[in-house]
Amino acid sequence: MRSSWLRPPRRYAAAVLVSALALTTVAACGTSSSGGGDNSGGGGSADASTPLDPKTKVTLTIDCMPPATKKPELKEWNEDVAAFNKKYPNVTIQGRSTPGQCEEPARFTAAIKAHSQPDVFYTYFTDLQQVLDNNGAEDISAYVTDKTVPALGDIDPNVLGVLKQDGKLYGLPTSNYRMGLLINRKLFTQAGLDPNNPPTTWDEVRTDAKAIAKLGNGIAGYGDYSAANTGGWHFTAAMYGLGGDVVSSDGTKAAFNDDLGKQIVDNLHAMRWDDNSMGQTQLLKWGDLQKQMATDKLGMFLAAPDDITYMVQQLNAKYENFGMGPIPGGKATLFGGNDYMIKKGSSPDKIKAAIAWLNFETLTPGKGTFDYSRRKADGLPVGLPQPAFLTGASKTKDDELKAASATMPVENFKVFMDNPVPGKSEPPKAQEIYKVLDNVMSGVLTNKNADPGKLLSDAEKQVNQVLANG
Amino acid sequence: MSAPTLATNEAQQRPGQLGSSRAKNSREGFARALRRNLSAHAFLIGAVLCFAFFSWFPMVREFILAFQKTKGGQTTWAGWSNLTYIFNDPAFWQAWRNTLLFTGLALVFGFAVPFLVAVTLNEFRHGQGYLRMLVYLPVMLPPVASVLLFKYFYDPGYGLFNRVLQILHLPQQQWLQDTHTAMLSVVIAATWMNMGGATLIYLAALQGIPGELYEAAELDGAGLLRKIWHVTIPQTRLILSLMLLMQIIATMQVFTEPFLLTGGEGPEGSTTTVVYLIYQYAFYFNNYGSAAALGLVLLVLLAGFSAAYVRLSRSSED
Repeated sequence: MRSSWLRPPRRYAAAVLVSALALTTVAACGTSSSGGGDNSGGGGSADASTPLDPKTKVTLTIDCMPPATKKPELKEWNEDVAAFNKKYPNVTIQGRSTPGQCEEPARFTAAIKAHSQPDVFYTYFTDLQQVLDNNGAEDISAYVTDKTVPALGDIDPNVLGVLKQDGKLYGLPTSNYRMGLLINRKLFTQAGLDPNNPPTTWDEVRTDAKAIAKLGNGIAGYGDYSAANTGGWHFTAAMYGLGGDVVSSDGTKAAFNDDLGKQIVDNLHAMRWDDNSMGQTQLLKWGDLQKQMATDKLGMFLAAPDDITYMVQQLNAKYENFGMGPIPGGKATLFGGNDYMIKKGSSPDKIKAAIAWLNFETLTPGKGTFDYSRRKADGLPVGLPQPAFLTGASKTKDDELKAASATMPVENFKVFMDNPVPGKSEPPKAQEIYKVLDNVMSGVLTNKNADPGKLLSDAEKQVNQVLANG
Repeated sequence: MSAPTLATNEAQQRPGQLGSSRAKNSREGFARALRRNLSAHAFLIGAVLCFAFFSWFPMVREFILAFQKTKGGQTTWAGWSNLTYIFNDPAFWQAWRNTLLFTGLALVFGFAVPFLVAVTLNEFRHGQGYLRMLVYLPVMLPPVASVLLFKYFYDPGYGLFNRVLQILHLPQQQWLQDTHTAMLSVVIAATWMNMGGATLIYLAALQGIPGELYEAAELDGAGLLRKIWHVTIPQTRLILSLMLLMQIIATMQVFTEPFLLTGGEGPEGSTTTVVYLIYQYAFYFNNYGSAAALGLVLLVLLAGFSAAYVRLSRSSED
């Protein structure tokens, strides 16, 4: 009898306990999100064009904070936050660091879809459409003025243009690149070539590649990508260099199945199979060619200047070993870069605080990431021809400051700097088109009997379909 | 004790009250059963909620997404357009051809090889535990490490396989860089990585076969091959069928191996699989609708195989 009345309460207690534990587990399984909630404490001005009121109390979450493994960069970030807080003591900056690249497409796409991006989030120039499709960013046109961003008039209008849609501005640039031809000076010298005069046409590239490949020992003269959408990206860069395009000006048709496209494919086929100057290992993607060049196994490839930083910082290469020339053809060069956008639903105070931070950290010569003397003191590289979005007086000042603290032989980039090639932005639906063009690149680099005409016409049909799907 | 009491109560009631009384009793029975199993139900809540959040809800969401389109921040119903899009995408048919090729090759290698290895291992009287461990060892390696190992082996310039071919004076291959051998190379790597588990399952099934059957077959003059054909295969038929279905279900979802070995696409798209295409739609093209639609097509196909698997599992329990 006793047990019969004792048992139920025990059972209920156990049930309640287990339920509570289960619910706690589920709660722990869930994700936390900064959400669209706003914690601004007010105090700001209602006028969007005026700078942030120093009394404004607001908290900002920002991604792409340097990770703990990058000690000097993280130290500088913390110093910059402290300096920013001297002027804006009530703005709390909550940096978020990410493993690997600041933006990885899969992670970024998921975050944008789930609206879990931070208040101020890092994107590539090509991400604008995706962000807007998912209602992810604020229109900051009214907030970005020469009062809030004094260097606004000196920012390259082409760069600002890629961050606009229908005349509305959605982001502020932090860095950009123009592609050129990266060379290994050591191999050039060993092959009897002049490293101060990198090739400027594809014929010259082919000749020099052949000479470098003759060094033997597994050394390739020229390398190119053909996987993970990077092959299509490089094909596009090569087309731009020759004055061509991959998409018609109205954005409705593929435009690469022409003499220029065929010239690029034929040249790659000749270098790969006739000259054997591109090595046997193909299906390469970003990171692979850098490894080859850092270990003196590759003479040339199309690259952005910050590839050198990657090779020096991650692969223990030396700056003096590399040089850059303009992209072969020199008609136009693909430019890209990254920027910060502000999450949709942010309060005016948050937007103002974000712009104040971005202006301080990435848009003021001599401050933040442009504080070259500090970078030099911290052992970070100074002297790369990148970023390149400043013009006019800001560029002059930036160049002077950079030259004064250069940590690398900047004369190695002289040909690249002295022969500026007009920048051209990436095509619409860039990633989908690059994916299709990857097949052209992988086809010509892995199949000796590949038919360039068929590769291009198949790709043309697919790209037309991609574009037709809107 | 309770059943006679209930029967007595029912007998005492008038016919008109019988229906409502039954319903009441049924409710009481249910409540009693609920109370009796309350702890068990409570223990289940966590798992049920986790499944609901992370499996069932995404499935329902995927179904809805397959018929929606998001553009300019607006999500609208898209009818069949996502399905039309994927059926018109040339990559769709190529991905299915590649996936079926992978499945076919994986059945030849991944299904037959572990079975033959298990049969061979079963014949050993000594050192079987040691050999089992050797066969299972690759499964314990992290998949990414195994794949990267094979990526090195397959390198046409400095890879191990071409080095071996060179020593044997045989023509060197392009392995992952040739449209004709890329998928086969992926299958070989996948088989090496995963065959340990299947081998152990086959071995367990083989060891459950009564020895008398082999003795009887030997008395009838059967050789090794006839013993395998007439004793081993019939006795392990059910396990073989289950493993076959499991292999089909698993291989049709292949992603990791081609993704790491060839970057996903391979030369001229020759290793693009259906799941990799879903990944591309979603994460490279931001086209969740098409990704969900393709996921739905795959789901329908695999649901058929899964139903067959469940049916076979039940018959094995019987």
